[in-house]
Amino acid sequence: MERTAAGVLTMSAPTLRPPPRPGLTEPAAVRVLLTSVALLFLVAFLFVPLAFIFVEALRQGWGAYVAAINEPGARAAIWLTLLVAALTVPANALFGLTAAWAVTKFDFRGKRLLTTLIDLPFAVSPVVAGLVFVQLFGRRGWFGPWLFEHDIKIIFALPGIVLATIFVSFPFVARELIAVMEASGREEEEAAGLLGANGWQTFMRVTLPNIKWALLSGVILCTARALGEFGAVSVVSGRIRGETTTVPIHVEILYNEYAFQASFAVASLLAVVAVVTLVLQTVVERRSRQTGAGAAEAAVQA
Amino acid sequence: MAFTVVYLTAIVLVPLLTLPAKSFADGWGYFWQTVVDPRVVASYRLTVGASFVAALVNGVLGFVVAWVLVRYRFPGRRVIDAMIDLPFALPTAVAGITLTSLYAPTGWFGQYLEPYGIQGVYSPLGITIALIFIGLPFVVRTLQPVIADLDVELEEVATSLGASRWQVVFRVILPYLYPAWLIGFGMAFARAIGEYGSVVFIAGNMPMRTEIASLLIVTKLTQYDYVGAAAVAFVLLILSFILLLTLNALQGWSARRLGY
Repeated sequence: MERTAAGVLTMSAPTLRPPPRPGLTEPAAVRVLLTSVALLFLVAFLFVPLAFIFVEALRQGWGAYVAAINEPGARAAIWLTLLVAALTVPANALFGLTAAWAVTKFDFRGKRLLTTLIDLPFAVSPVVAGLVFVQLFGRRGWFGPWLFEHDIKIIFALPGIVLATIFVSFPFVARELIAVMEASGREEEEAAGLLGANGWQTFMRVTLPNIKWALLSGVILCTARALGEFGAVSVVSGRIRGETTTVPIHVEILYNEYAFQASFAVASLLAVVAVVTLVLQTVVERRSRQTGAGAAEAAVQA
Repeated sequence: MAFTVVYLTAIVLVPLLTLPAKSFADGWGYFWQTVVDPRVVASYRLTVGASFVAALVNGVLGFVVAWVLVRYRFPGRRVIDAMIDLPFALPTAVAGITLTSLYAPTGWFGQYLEPYGIQGVYSPLGITIALIFIGLPFVVRTLQPVIADLDVELEEVATSLGASRWQVVFRVILPYLYPAWLIGFGMAFARAIGEYGSVVFIAGNMPMRTEIASLLIVTKLTQYDYVGAAAVAFVLLILSFILLLTLNALQGWSARRLGY
């Protein structure tokens, strides 16, 4: 069983099994009651809110919807968010790969400490994540005076937003990969090494094919988080309109200005990203289970 | 290897170490004074209380959802199963404005609460609602695989020995699921403690009444009280650490119990 939020997200759905025989399940009335309670809860807490975003966004028609998204502030926010994700995701994917490689294929002192550190951002409030960067790079932070002298802006500017986003989104890839690489063991890599493959060949031909679905799933989760991070970014962003407002911050600003329809219109973009994330996750999970089952079958036949 | 260590140190370790350093920058006295300030204490109490209630609600309803999704067959089950993760995928700010609009006195849900004098927004109830939303997937997702792994034969044996369905559920199934349930509960609780985005809109942020700890940090920050913000954050961090360690210990306990 996985330990953290990201792990939970990727936990595979239970395999299908035939419904239990009568006598081994609850009476029909109890079944109906339990199902209704579950569905009512999910409808009230998941489906209605999701639908509400789109209803509210489209309440004044398509024209107003498009106008809210096409307005310069919103466009700048969309570009900034995409830029932040484009910088964050590759960095974290690379880190995730090396971290998982180090943790699962080698033994060294302090390994537990390393894995705990990788998990840490999940346990830290996003606001605290933003705060620590302000303390490092803010005007009165540790490096603040030096940065000010050299006219480098990190807080209330792009680098700060990227740093905060990296902080909150980096465990996703690492965690996914560690789980899979731990399960697959080291034998295949060791065999490749004995057969004369160098490190790079081993990685490209042996490790990567084994972990590609986990890597993809980690990247999807990391991207979703990078596009939608609010708490950490709101602390370091400074909310300079058109310059340091990401899409979630833009949503907040519009909402606080009582521009509800515009706010929900922009928010609906993030809702679409969320739904796409869920769909992709489901597809990746299914594919990885198929290939997993295929590999097991091949192994049995061999 | 070296890259991993450098990256972790630069991105996680050094930034987090600024917290204790900054908290005590003006000495123990100021740290203590900040932390026991009634407004700060009220925010901690509210954060922990609302998170606990929300985790409890998720514990009960999440169990029902997990059970229904694994054991029963009904149309739309797979779509619903995929949707469980929505609170993870939906940015917290979006969740926040949506729930606030829904539970506002004129909102879809709020209009039915208002006649009874129940305040769905700008109240501890609103905060709890937001925390239920963001914690929803945890209990469901930790219980699902365990319920799917339940040995049906155990139930068969109990039934053939004359146990009623009630007895099977309470004497055979629930004790087996208990460790996983506790972990799911703990994760929902831990997540709720640090939550910011979804709560900040619905809370109303009235000092002493509906101001959660992470919001108080932001407030202190905007007032340039950096040391105060760090002090509040440091206590919050320690709290999440304790929870993280407890969860890890639980994990070990449940693994032993289930005999992995």
